[in-house]
Amino acid sequence: MNILVCISNVPDTTTKVKFTDNHTRLDTAGIQWVINPWDELSLTRALELKDDASTGVKQVSVAHVGPASAEPTIRKALAIGADSAYRVNMEPADSYQVAAALAEVVKAGQFDIILCGIESSDYNGSNVGSMLAEFLDLPSVSAISNLKVEGGHLSITREIDGGKEVVTVPSPFVGIVQKGIAKEPRIAAMRGIMMARSKPITVVEAPDAEALSSFVAYEPPQPRAACKFIDPDNAGQLIELLQNEAKVI
Amino acid sequence: MSVIIYAENWDGKFKKLTFELASYGAKVAEMLGTSLVAVSIGKVEESELKELGKYGVQKVVATDHELLRPLDSKAYTSLIAQVAQKEDAKVIVMASNNAGKSIAPRLSVKMKAALGSGVNKLPLSTEPFVVSKKVFSGNAFAHLSLNTEVKIITLMQNSFDLVAKPVEPEIEQFSVKLDAADVKTQVKEVQKHDGKMLLTDAEIVISGGRGMKSAENWQPILELAELLNAATACSRPVSDEGWRPHEEHTGQTGKIIAPNLYFAIGISGATQHLAGVSSSKYIVAINSDKSAPIFEAAQYGIVGDAMKVLPKLVEAVKEIKTK
Repeated sequence: MNILVCISNVPDTTTKVKFTDNHTRLDTAGIQWVINPWDELSLTRALELKDDASTGVKQVSVAHVGPASAEPTIRKALAIGADSAYRVNMEPADSYQVAAALAEVVKAGQFDIILCGIESSDYNGSNVGSMLAEFLDLPSVSAISNLKVEGGHLSITREIDGGKEVVTVPSPFVGIVQKGIAKEPRIAAMRGIMMARSKPITVVEAPDAEALSSFVAYEPPQPRAACKFIDPDNAGQLIELLQNEAKVI
Repeated sequence: MSVIIYAENWDGKFKKLTFELASYGAKVAEMLGTSLVAVSIGKVEESELKELGKYGVQKVVATDHELLRPLDSKAYTSLIAQVAQKEDAKVIVMASNNAGKSIAPRLSVKMKAALGSGVNKLPLSTEPFVVSKKVFSGNAFAHLSLNTEVKIITLMQNSFDLVAKPVEPEIEQFSVKLDAADVKTQVKEVQKHDGKMLLTDAEIVISGGRGMKSAENWQPILELAELLNAATACSRPVSDEGWRPHEEHTGQTGKIIAPNLYFAIGISGATQHLAGVSSSKYIVAINSDKSAPIFEAAQYGIVGDAMKVLPKLVEAVKEIKTK
């Protein structure tokens, strides 16, 4: 059984985002790039499954869609423990193009489980995983918080409104993963970093898929009104303000 | 030509969220000079389907099939695509929730229709069709142009007010032919937290952070939540410590919520936490550290010890409730 983990390269969550060219483009100067947090958790879970011999997981690969400048992030995934990597060489304009490109990687390989994070922390689309599944005509399960392989069968826990469901689907399938899938992201050890240098990154040519949408401008969020402070000894006054001024209770 | 909404139901009932979608869809239909159709999947009584008419839905296409009781994103996508074609949909609107997030992207590929997900207001323009959405976890909004003939939108919860627009909707039963091979997802087990106010449904959310110091100190939060008919939430360290269940974690990697009122109690307000709650209409911060960043995001603040402040709030709420 082989697992493919799709990884996105995103600005570190503490980055102060800025825009350039009259607010039409992200200013990448000074950005620290990291593996998207949910993708990092997917990778961690994939490696945990591989570590457990009873699951029969043999290979964990990662796939990324982006230019060569993303290779440090891909190397990081290899250092954490992925066996090999694919990079589709393009600068995607929207999630449709990313999914179309990932579909090429999946079609060319032999993967039983394809994992994607539930969203990326940059464009917050939550699109790629389900789009990829539709491109491949495969089943997909969203909001997965636990994934087990028992006796060659998949047992998947997904979040539903107000609870959880344990479901099964035939493989290959696309799993869209959220928090809970792994406790803490795995960190690269020195040995992993050394080994990552010699692991293969296969460069795949971009498929012929047009973007369906385009980002035309960005705006910063509206600044909020200054905080109104209430004396802690007279905390009850807050409730009065919420009732009569904000009118929310 | 039409605008279509996917009217999701929960045990045969619609929620405020469904009517938000209807209100939004009605407005988009008006912008495009067309009519509003709702698609309903599952067992929903006709009287409930008619409720959609209160918010401008002119026609309801309803379908029910034993095999479609659990959410199977592929089968649902295929069904909604059929209805969209039949109704000549130009815009399809769904909620940005578990179901919407798993169906809309598939539908986008199936219909080759551009998708704007997590949209927070009406389209900024229709020619070109540009929507606004939150990006960089709330640190910016992007204007996204949807460049295909059919467009799909997933709408953020609590981002559009209900607009009454009563009409008598036409109800059409739509039958689907399905066999077991079309539905790949099989549900083995369901665990539901019955009777608990859902974090994503709640208009008021009371959330505690590390400043609450221990699980035992949660009692006044629970009491305040009960009095205000609010849901309870927590910051990441709290769920990591096991003081509260993981489902309550709000923040970038947890739940993203947008209630009318959010109480952040003993929460410092790290970027990752704010990413999950910054769309709240009002934020109240209670923290003993005056320089905590949460006060920059809040409209109301109390600098003080939560364990001393909370009982006073509970008393004050009891007082207004008895009036």
